[in-house]
Amino acid sequence: MKPGMKLKSATCDTEVMVIKCGQGTVECGGLPMAVDRPPEPDPIDPAHAAGTVMGKRYVDAGATFELLCVKPGKGSLSIDGAPLTLKDAKPLPASD
Amino acid sequence: MNISIILQMAADAAEDRVGLVCGGRRWTYGALLAAARGAASLIRDSGARHVALLDESSEAAAIALFGAAIAGVPYVPLNYRLADAGLGPLIDRIAPALLIGDVARAAGAWTQEGLLPQSRDAFVREAEGRGAPAKDHKESDGETIAIQLFTSGTTAAPKAAILRHSNLLSYILGTVEFASADEAEAALVSVPPYHIAGIAALLSSIYAQRRILLLPTFEPAAWLALAAKEGATNAFVVPTMLARIIEHLDKTPDAPIPALKAIAYGGGRMPLELIHRALDLFPGTGFTNAYGLTETSSTIAILGPEEHRAAHASTDPATRARLGSVGRPLPTVEIEIRDEDGRVLPTGERGEIYVRGDQVSGEYRERSALDAQGWFPTRDAGWLDSDGYLFLSGRADDVIVRGGENMSPGEIEDVLLTHPALADACAVAIPSVEWGEAVGLAVIVRGDKAAPSDTELRDLIRSRLRSSRVPERILFVDALPYNELGKLLRREVKTWFKD
Repeated sequence: MKPGMKLKSATCDTEVMVIKCGQGTVECGGLPMAVDRPPEPDPIDPAHAAGTVMGKRYVDAGATFELLCVKPGKGSLSIDGAPLTLKDAKPLPASD
Repeated sequence: MNISIILQMAADAAEDRVGLVCGGRRWTYGALLAAARGAASLIRDSGARHVALLDESSEAAAIALFGAAIAGVPYVPLNYRLADAGLGPLIDRIAPALLIGDVARAAGAWTQEGLLPQSRDAFVREAEGRGAPAKDHKESDGETIAIQLFTSGTTAAPKAAILRHSNLLSYILGTVEFASADEAEAALVSVPPYHIAGIAALLSSIYAQRRILLLPTFEPAAWLALAAKEGATNAFVVPTMLARIIEHLDKTPDAPIPALKAIAYGGGRMPLELIHRALDLFPGTGFTNAYGLTETSSTIAILGPEEHRAAHASTDPATRARLGSVGRPLPTVEIEIRDEDGRVLPTGERGEIYVRGDQVSGEYRERSALDAQGWFPTRDAGWLDSDGYLFLSGRADDVIVRGGENMSPGEIEDVLLTHPALADACAVAIPSVEWGEAVGLAVIVRGDKAAPSDTELRDLIRSRLRSSRVPERILFVDALPYNELGKLLRREVKTWFKD
């Protein structure tokens, strides 16, 4: 895995672009994400079903991983089972 | 990483929403993406190593920017205002290149092999007609060059600054919330495509899904007309543009003032008098001062709308002075002020501005200017106040060193501009046998005023600043040399003192 790579969910429509990454498995809806989607989606683990929001960035507690949601879906993101959280962005006035 | 994700996401989220308006034609995000993919296929087939634009702003600039990104080839918008003799060497540095725009000029002026000229219309037509390239550009490591911009070269020969996809994406993701613009919002873009602000405007507006209104050549009446016709809510201007808009409104009192929600400005020094005037004239508009450089992927510090209004309304000198600052660093970058030996200076002391962050490339074709810790020396001089506001005091190269004492031209010019008879002033270093360097002044007298005497100007400076700032020579001139974006060409003024 490396920055710029796109990963797809095995459980829903979610797609992310990797901004930062470290050691660990990126999951969505409780199952590992991959470059290609399986032909049939697997069921979403209800523990990881909060959904993803287009254009939001998600980070892990250690700020090792950062993922940008480029397509939203019903599953939510985790690394090795630990849920990712929304990265707080301080809203800035449009400067250009 | 690849900046084409910006357009891809906009098209995925709102394919049929209008993203760009130019010359009366409207482009949806879907249509822009399809054309960018077609352009990528064309670029790939051409074998070009660079995609150059020699043209005013148009849809071709957006299509070429994203098309080049998808094809994995650097995009090089050129300053079409340069003379053939100035442009030739730049074009030599990017061949073989696909050159979009002024084909007649390209054919007449340069004959080198590997220059593939294509007119704007032909390029757009072909980009729209073709499908996507067979395969997307193979992602390397996110370190691919997205853009190469030749710096304006006000102090030296143009340098080829390069911005990588990762720099530009860091800037956009760190400063713009995806799809945050309401569908009614529209940004009026009148900066040329070869300026970093022109590129940043395309990227941030598309990511925010704010409709772009392109004005190819800035002219105040056309700017006001387009703002009114398309209901512009945002605009970016360089200070000279704002000055000309205000001048136009003064001359045509009946002209309606556009109801802009926000005006951002940057790219040059904003005279205090002008920004106070603008704040009065546009009472409902939020002003943002954006300071940045080509090498930093645009903005690194911002003075926001509330700070403008607070400073404008304040009687407290320190708060009021903030209007002369460029605000505070973005949360995603770090700024330090250092002396000539690279030591970090304390608050309030003037030195060279250093910046660090993911959006900072600090890189040229020939070499990287970053130090071992990733800091970029901007060559801009400035200082930070106790609340972290950054004040600029000219280019580090413009500093006048008289007998070991450093002085910035700006402090001298600011004092001179308080004289009612002076319209403009420029202070430069001139050779001095006694001091090494001394202050030379070129001033413009207002048309309706009598010229002040040399003694009067010297007394004014002596009364407000130290005596070391008093000029050794004063020239009264009719005009000062500015480039088209309002940057004062001090290099040229210096030559006036060479006799």
